[in-house]
Parts: sequence; C-alpha cells; structure tokens
Amino acid sequence: MTGRTSAAVFAAPPADPSVHRAARASALAAGLLGAVVLLVALCALSLAVGARDLPLHTVWDALRADDGSEAAHIVRHLRLPRTLLAVLVGAGLGLAGALMQALTRNPLADPGLLGVEIGAAMAVVVAISLLGITQAWVYVWFALAGSAVASVVVYLLGASGRAVNPERMVLAGAAVSAALTACVAALLLLDGQAFDKYRFWVVGSLAGRELSLLWEVGPFIASGALIAFGLGRGLNALALGEETGKALGVPAGQVRVAGALAVTLLCGGATAIAGPIGFVGLAVPHMARLVTGPDNRWVLPYSAVLAALLIVAADVLGRIVAAPTEVEVGVVMAFLGAPVFIALCRRRRIAQL
Amino acid sequence: MTGTTAKTARPSGRMPGLTVRVASGRLSGRLSPRAVATGLLLLALLLAASVAALMTGDYPATPADVVRTVLGEGPPGLELIVGRFRLPRLLVAIGVGAALGTAGAIFQSVSRNPLGSPEIIGFTTGAATGALLALLVFPSLALGAPTGAVLGGLVTAVAVYSLAFRRGMRGDRLVLVGIGVNAVLMAANSFLLSRASLQQAQDAQMWLIGSVSGRGWDEVGPLWIPLIVLLAATVALGRGTAAMEMGDEAATALGVPVERTRLALVACGVGLTATAVAAAGPIVFVALAAPQIARRVARRGAPPPMLSALTGALLTVVADLVGQRLFAPVQLPVGVATGAVGGLYLAWLLSREWRKGG
Repeated sequence: MTGRTSAAVFAAPPADPSVHRAARASALAAGLLGAVVLLVALCALSLAVGARDLPLHTVWDALRADDGSEAAHIVRHLRLPRTLLAVLVGAGLGLAGALMQALTRNPLADPGLLGVEIGAAMAVVVAISLLGITQAWVYVWFALAGSAVASVVVYLLGASGRAVNPERMVLAGAAVSAALTACVAALLLLDGQAFDKYRFWVVGSLAGRELSLLWEVGPFIASGALIAFGLGRGLNALALGEETGKALGVPAGQVRVAGALAVTLLCGGATAIAGPIGFVGLAVPHMARLVTGPDNRWVLPYSAVLAALLIVAADVLGRIVAAPTEVEVGVVMAFLGAPVFIALCRRRRIAQL
Repeated sequence: MTGTTAKTARPSGRMPGLTVRVASGRLSGRLSPRAVATGLLLLALLLAASVAALMTGDYPATPADVVRTVLGEGPPGLELIVGRFRLPRLLVAIGVGAALGTAGAIFQSVSRNPLGSPEIIGFTTGAATGALLALLVFPSLALGAPTGAVLGGLVTAVAVYSLAFRRGMRGDRLVLVGIGVNAVLMAANSFLLSRASLQQAQDAQMWLIGSVSGRGWDEVGPLWIPLIVLLAATVALGRGTAAMEMGDEAATALGVPVERTRLALVACGVGLTATAVAAAGPIVFVALAAPQIARRVARRGAPPPMLSALTGALLTVVADLVGQRLFAPVQLPVGVATGAVGGLYLAWLLSREWRKGG
C-alpha cells in the first residue's frame, strides 16, 4: 500500500518538483481540514445521540447557556465530557500507534496488541484498589509507569534478535499480556472490591467520566502529541535505515528515546482516561498512509484526527446498537478492529515499513 | 519466525535406539534411549509428586500410609479422605496436565512456533467465552460451564483455522490470526463479566482462573476417557507428524497427506484443550511451557507429544501442590501458580530463543 502510493508519486515527476510538492502539501492540508470538519460534525452527533435523542438546536442552546433544563444537564454534564474525552483518547491512541509503527518499523504495532495498555491498566487498578488512590492526576502517573515498563519489556523481548521482526513483537506483546492478565487475576482473587472496579475498567469505556479528567490527564496527552509532531522528520530518516539516517544528520538514538517518551505519555494518558482500547492504534495509521503515503510528517497528524473520528464514531455506535443501554467503546473497537488486523495478517507478506 | 531449532541428523551410521513396529507395519516409531530415560525420569517425578499430593491436607499422612491406602490397606480415616477427595483431585490434575501438555505440543509442532499454544491463539479464551455465555447469558439452558467451554473452544478453533487458511496453512499466520481472534474474545469476556452481578462475576472469574479443588470421581471419567482416545489418536498420527517436521515438501514427497494430517492433529489438539478446560477451567501456561521443557530435556527438535503429556501432568500436580501449601491456610487455585511461574518462564524463553535465533 505504501509502496504503491510512493511509486505513483515518483512515476510521473512534474517539470518542477517544488511546484508539485507544494500542490501536494496543500492538497493534504485541505484533506486534514476536511477530516477536522467531519470530526466536529461527529462530535455534534455524539452530543445529540443517546438514551434520549436531542435535536441539534436543543444541543446548541444547551451548549450556549445552562438553562437548568434536563437537556442542558445531559449535554453539559454527560455527553460533552465523554465527547471531548473521546477526541482526546482517540488522538492519543492514533498517534501512539503511528509512532510505534514508525519507531519499530512494524506494521502490526498497536498499543493494545503489544501489551502497553494492559500494563497501564494494571498499574491503575493497583493504584486505585490496593493503594486507595482516587484522584486521576495521581493515578495517571501509575498508568505512565505501567505503560513505560510494559513497552520496554515488549520491545526488549520483541527486538532482541539481530533484525526486528514484526510478528515477533506481536508475539512478545501477546505473551506479556497473557502473563499480566494471569497476575492481575491472581491479585483480584484476593480482593473482591478491587475485582469489581477492575471488571468495569478493563472493558475500555468513556461512560460516566468526569470533565475534570480533561485538565488532569489532558496535559500528558498534549505534551506527548507535541513531541510526536516534532518527530516527523526524524522518523522519516529512521525509515531509510540507521546508516542513511546518520548520514542525513538525524540522531537515531535521540529519536527513539523521544518517541518512546511520547508513546508512554500518549498511551498512559489515554488508558488512564478510558481503560484499554485495542486496535485503534493499529488500524488508523494504515488508513492514514493510504491517504498521505509514507511521509510521517503527514501520517502523524492524519492518524491523530482519524483516530479521534474513529473513537467518537465507535462511542456513538455503541450507544445506537444497544439503545437504550450501551456497548462500551473498547468492545466496539475490538469487533471493528480485529477484522482489519486479521486481513493484514492474511496478506502474503506483511508490508514492511 | 524462530520456530524450533531442529538438530541436523547424524552424519553416518545407525542411530542408537529401539525401533518399535506393530506386526502390520502401519505403526512404527523409534524410541531413542534418551527419550526412554527422560520418560522414566518424568514418570518417577510424577509418582513422587502424586504421593506428596496425597499426603497434603488437613489430615497429614506419611508416604508409607499413602501407598498403603492406595493399595487398600491404609487406616480407615485416611482411606476415606484419600479415596473420596485427594485421589480424584490428583487424577483430574494429572489428566488436565497431560491433555494440555499434549495439546501444546501439537499446536507448537503445527505452527512451528514455541508460542503457538492454545492460550495464545485464542482457543482457551474461546472456551472461557463459551463458559461465560453458558453461566451468565443462558443460565436457563443449564448447560453448565464445562459444556459451554467445549462448545466455545470448538467454535473458536474452527473460526481461527478457517480465517488463517489461505492456499494452505502457514503456522505463523495461524498464530497471528489466533492473536487477533483472542483479542476480540478477551473484549467479549470482559464485557460479559461487566454485565453480571458481582457475585456471578466473582464465581465466573474463579472458574476462569482454573482450579482442580473439590473435583470428585464424577469428573474423572469424562476427563480420562476422551483423553485416552485422543492420546492414542495423536500417537497414531506420529509418523506423519515426524515427516512434517522436515517441511511440507519433504513430507509430501514421503507420501504423507500434509493438510489432512495437520487437520487431524489440530482436531486432536482442540479436543484435548476442550476436555481439559471443561474439567478444570482455563489453566494457563501448562500447554505453553510443558512442550518446551520436554523438548529441552529430551534434546529433541520438535516437542514430543508423550513426554509433553508427562511434563504437563507433572507441572499441574506440582502447581496444585504449591497453591495448597505456599500460603496455607489460604488455598490458591492451580491457575494462579501456573500463571505466576509461566510469566517468568515465558520472558526467559522469549529472550533466550530470540537472542539465539536472531
């Protein structure tokens, strides 16, 4: 897929390459703007749809002023937080997936599949249940530590050979997830209350989240995103191989460390808000590359916006299919994302990054 | 993919060992002295662990007491306790371990991957989904967790196998597709657990960890009869399996129907997994670890099924013993012990295999 796009770009070089590049950049920017507009529209839908459907003008009135009505309460206190958090979580996971795929040059990398989210989730449950921590801005640190440890372990196990092999890293992720799940199960066996919290946490949901999470956890995701956007050029150089990167003056080691830091901030933050949500980080970068080609300077912002779109859509879908109750966004994403993963695996050779 | 590190054949001369043939010549195999010695050693260890398991509990007994009781001449109090409680529990642990060990050996051979075991590629999770559906969603059908587990495991196996099949079967694709299906089933399981009442969810979670405590004679028959049939079938398929270890082309050239043998093997493996899960719940890591340990001890390229069965039985009995003894009087289910040990073992396996295999 990436090969075809770049081949098409190189197949017909225009008379002046800089003109072509400028035209392409403005087309991509326009596409990104279109995706943002679509995201705003979907957010409006997310505010209107639910156990009680509201007309859009009611939503608009409720947003402009709190008139004390029931509709205003639903919009301002229930649906606005979850919609904004869905955008934040989606952007975080999409960026994390794109970063992981670029850093490990692994088309199957995903924070859920590679066990990073389960590491964060486990740390959060330990913090909430065993240590009695309830403030999000405290337990987000546990999520960060959990995701950092899990990603380092998976990376060390998965990349310890001479050549990094995509399947091997997925296997390491599956193995680490299985081991962590077994440990969590043992831990929870001894503590009924902790189990009760964990079983709702591990599904991956945006329901009933406080708006305060936005400024308690949001800054972590935002700083992760800033680092990620700054890495586009460095990741492009990494894709050409370590030697070429060095020749281009890109320090591969620094790019890797900064990338790992960004992945930790993004995954840890997103998991601290919603619990583990798999497959977003896997599928979205592939969709983004279909549009942008292999240039990470565009893949990263597209991944952020498209993943936010996907999570908001999955959240709305979960409210529609099971109305008047709802299916959690983590479950919806697993059922939407697994077919993409299986289709990628069924290809004869998985596209190398 | 790393696969198994097959040893090259010795350059010349007869290989030492004992060739076993049935009169018709349809069944034949080579027993290397090392494999025989390993088997005897594992059997001795299993016997020792079994005696220790029969000694353990609120009513302590000496090894001599236990042996006499099993032979029918023990003190009456102990006879009741061993006969009614400890012996069936031990037999279930041995049977479950043997079934999981063999299933793991089969899947790891077929996928040529040390991680191609039922708990990684979704069969165990699928069996759990079936059990959860039977317990939480359709309690009115009164299927019970075991029946649900068997159905769930079978449906998952068919799904994974057919999704991974594309112009023939490739082991690495089977494992990857299995991981994808496993992720969906994990999501489904946590969804089901979040919808149940706390009491129901705790009971279900207890079952999901896997335990052999409280098993009686009623559970021994339904475990051991299919186990013996499936073990016999696996041994009968052994010749084709050995040929397939050399690669599909070589096996085809030797006249082995590759796809059919593989399907029959996978069917045996799925049957063994489902039988074990139905008896004790989804105990993790036995199917993963037992074949690799057996392979290393026997110094064989591929995981040998019968030695894996013995290793699996030994692991399960020891894990159950540890769970009973370690934090006594708190009794931990066998799945907790296998999970904790398995996690460490797995990290070691991955780092070692991959540093070597590069």
